[in-house]
Amino acid sequence: MTISTEEVYDDGPLYEAAKKVIPQKIWGTYRRIKWIVLWIALGVYYVLPFIRWNRGPNAPSQAVLIDIPHSRFYAFFIELWPQEVYYFTGLLILAALILFLSNALFGRVWCGYACPQTVWTDLFFWVERFIEGDRRDRMKLDAAPWTPDKVLRRVAKHAAWLVFALLTGGAAMLYFVDAPTLIREFVTFQAPFVAYLWAGILTLTTYSLAGHLREQVCLYMCPWPRIQAALTDNDALNVTYRFDRGEPRMSLKDAAKAHAHGEAAGDCIDCLQCIAVCPTGVDIRKGSQLGCIQCGLCIDACDAVMTKVHRPTRLIAYDTDENRERRKRGEANVYRLIRPRTILYVAVIALTGGVMLYALLTRTNSHLSVLHVRAPLFTQTAQGGIRNGYTLRFSNKLSEAEDFTLDVSGLKGAAMTSAMAKPLDGGRLTVRVDPDSTLEVPVYVTTPPDVTPARSSPLTFTATDAKTGERSVVVDNFFGP
Amino acid sequence: MITEPVQVDKISGQTTTGHEWDGIRELNTPLPRWWLWLFYLTIVFAVVYWIVYPAWPLASSYTTGLFGYTNRGRVADDVAAGQAARMQLAAGLETATLAEIAADPKLTEIALAQGKAAFGDNCTPCHGSGGQGQKGYPNLTAGRWLWGGTLDQIDATITHGIRSDDPDAHTSAMPSFGKDGILKAEEIREVASYVRTLDGLEPEQGVDVAAGKKIFADNCAVCHGDDGKGKLELGSANLTTKVWQYGNGIDDLIYTISNARNSVMPAWGKRLDPVTIKSLAVYVHSLGGGT
Repeated sequence: MTISTEEVYDDGPLYEAAKKVIPQKIWGTYRRIKWIVLWIALGVYYVLPFIRWNRGPNAPSQAVLIDIPHSRFYAFFIELWPQEVYYFTGLLILAALILFLSNALFGRVWCGYACPQTVWTDLFFWVERFIEGDRRDRMKLDAAPWTPDKVLRRVAKHAAWLVFALLTGGAAMLYFVDAPTLIREFVTFQAPFVAYLWAGILTLTTYSLAGHLREQVCLYMCPWPRIQAALTDNDALNVTYRFDRGEPRMSLKDAAKAHAHGEAAGDCIDCLQCIAVCPTGVDIRKGSQLGCIQCGLCIDACDAVMTKVHRPTRLIAYDTDENRERRKRGEANVYRLIRPRTILYVAVIALTGGVMLYALLTRTNSHLSVLHVRAPLFTQTAQGGIRNGYTLRFSNKLSEAEDFTLDVSGLKGAAMTSAMAKPLDGGRLTVRVDPDSTLEVPVYVTTPPDVTPARSSPLTFTATDAKTGERSVVVDNFFGP
Repeated sequence: MITEPVQVDKISGQTTTGHEWDGIRELNTPLPRWWLWLFYLTIVFAVVYWIVYPAWPLASSYTTGLFGYTNRGRVADDVAAGQAARMQLAAGLETATLAEIAADPKLTEIALAQGKAAFGDNCTPCHGSGGQGQKGYPNLTAGRWLWGGTLDQIDATITHGIRSDDPDAHTSAMPSFGKDGILKAEEIREVASYVRTLDGLEPEQGVDVAAGKKIFADNCAVCHGDDGKGKLELGSANLTTKVWQYGNGIDDLIYTISNARNSVMPAWGKRLDPVTIKSLAVYVHSLGGGT
C-alpha cells in the first residue's frame, strides 16, 4: 500500500462518545402528522387491553389477550392455539411486505411516524422540552454548573421519564393478563412478584431506549435502515434536499452579492435549521443516509425559514431521486407510485392476506389428528382377526364440552373399540371433550375373523360434533400381515 | 501514543482502518463508547455468574457458587414436583374400584396415562412396548389369556405373578412328557400334529393324527379340555387360537410337550404400589384383548 504525502496521519479512534443530539422544537405540517399518529398509536396501545369481549363462561373476557400459562391467544372473535402459529407467520410476512411496499412508495414512513422507538422518543423529547426548555436552554443547562435549579430540573426530568416508562411497561403487561384485575392488584401491591419484575424490566428498557439511546437505536441496533438502503429505488418518495435548487448554498447577503454580479445562487441559506430540528442529528443536505428516519421535521424547519426569507417552500421535500435528475436535465417531475415493483408488492400482500383470511374463515372449532401405533403395527387376535391401534387426539376449541361421534370407514366389517369412548349404534363411538382442551383417545380397529386385510389399506376416521355437526376427517392406513 | 499511522479517506474525510482490498480501503466508523461499556458489562456479568453459579473445575471438585445450584438438583426438584402433581391427579384412583375407574372417563384417562408409563418402565422388556409379547412371553393384545382377561383377573395376575414366590401366585405345572418319559418321541410327534389341527394348521405328512387325538384325550385333555380350549383356573393354554406363546411350528410344539415351559412372572405387588398396579390393569385391559 502506497500512501501519498498529502494524506494526513493520525490515530483514528475505534470508539468515540456518541454525539449528543438536542433537537429544536418545530411546528408544521409533518410535526402535526407526527403528533396525530403518536396520539392514535398510544391511544390504541392503551385502550385495547380494556376492551371486553364475551366468550362465554369458560374463557377470558378480554378482547386482546396473550394467555401464556394456558397458551392461548385471543383477538376479538379469534382464538388461536399454539399449533396455529402459522397465523402469526402469515402476519409477520404481511407486516414485512407492507413495510416493503411503504418503502417503495414513501421511503421510511414507518421509521419516521409509527415506529415505537420514534413514538416514545418523541414523547420523551416532549417531556424533556417541557421541563428543561428548548434546544438553546438545554444546551445552556448542559454546560451550566450543578446549581440547585439544574439538579431540580434533571431530577424532575428523569422522574417524569421513569413515570412515563412505568406506564408504558405496565400497559404492555395488560396484554398478558386480565387488565382491570392486574391494575387493581398492582396498585394495592397484591400482584404476583413476576408482574413487578416485568414492570421493572419494561420500565428500564423504555427509559433507556426512549430517554437515553434514542437515535442510537436507529444507528446501531435496528436492521431496517440497512435493509431499507438496499430496497429503495429512484422512484421512492424520500425526504430529499433538492440540491438542484439549493446549491450553491450561501447566506442572504452573499446571494444578493452573487445576484448583483450575475452569478448563480442557491436557495439554501445554510441556516442549519434542518440539522437543529433533526431528532437523529443528520444533515439531510448530504443526501439519503442511514441516520435519516425521514420524519419530515427538516421539511417543516426549512419551510419556516423559506417563508421568512420569501423564497418558495419545499426546498426539502418528499421527492424522488429520479425527479432530481430530471430537473437537472430540465425535464418536468414525474411521480410513479404505480410501477411493477409496487404492483408486485400489492399482489403478494393481497395473496398472503387472502390466504390468511380464507384460513381464518374456514377455521374449525374442532380438530382430529391420528397417529398409528407403531409397536406393534398390527396384532393377531385370538378370534383370528387383525387389529391395528391408533392414537386419536380430539381438540375442542369451544367454551363448552362437546360430544364427538367417531366413525371409521374404508375397511369392511372393521370394528372400533376404545377404553376412553362409549359405543354407539352402527359401530360408532362417542367421546366427550372438555371445553377448550384436547383429549387423547386410544382406538383399536379389528377386522372380522374371516377377512384377511391387505398389507396396507387406507382407513378414514370421521369425528362429528354432535351439537354443531362440524366434521373433522383424518386418513391413516390399516396394516395386515 | 501513535502506534501506526492511519490514513484519512480524501472523499469522505473519514479515517480508514488501514485495511485495503484491491484499492478499496475500509472506512473507520468508530463505535459509540456505550457499546464498549456494554462489552465491559458482559465481562462483569461473567464474573458475577462465576461467583453465583458453579463455574470453575478444581483438582477434585469445582466451585459450587453461592447458592449451591446444581443441574442435577434442579432435575430432582422437577421430578419431585411432577410426582406431586401426579399423586394429586391419581388420588381418585386410590379409592375407586377397577369397575369404577373403567366407568369414569376422567379416571380412565389418568389410569391409562399412568399405566402406559408404568408399562414402559416395568413390562416392556418381556411383553413388548405395545404389549404384543414375543416368543415365550404372552401377547396381551390378542384376547388369549392364560389366567383371565377381566380387569380384576389382570390386576390379580400383576399383583401376585405367575409361579412366583408370592403365596397367592397363579401356579400350575405342565409335565415334561418327553423328558420324564411319559410319552415316547413318536407319540409326542403324533400329539403335536394333532394339536396343530386344532388351530386349523396342516398336520405333518405321514403322521397318524388319529393316534395323536387319542394321546391328547388320554394325557392333555384333563388340563387343556377335550376341545383343547384350555381352562382358566389351571392357566392351561387355549390351543385353538391363532395366537401361540411358544410358536406353532411342529418343532416348537414337540419341544414344549417334551420339556414343558412353565414360565414365571414376578409378583409386582411387592415392587409397585396398588395405584400403579390398578393403572397397569386398566392399561393392559385397554390394549385390545381385555374381556
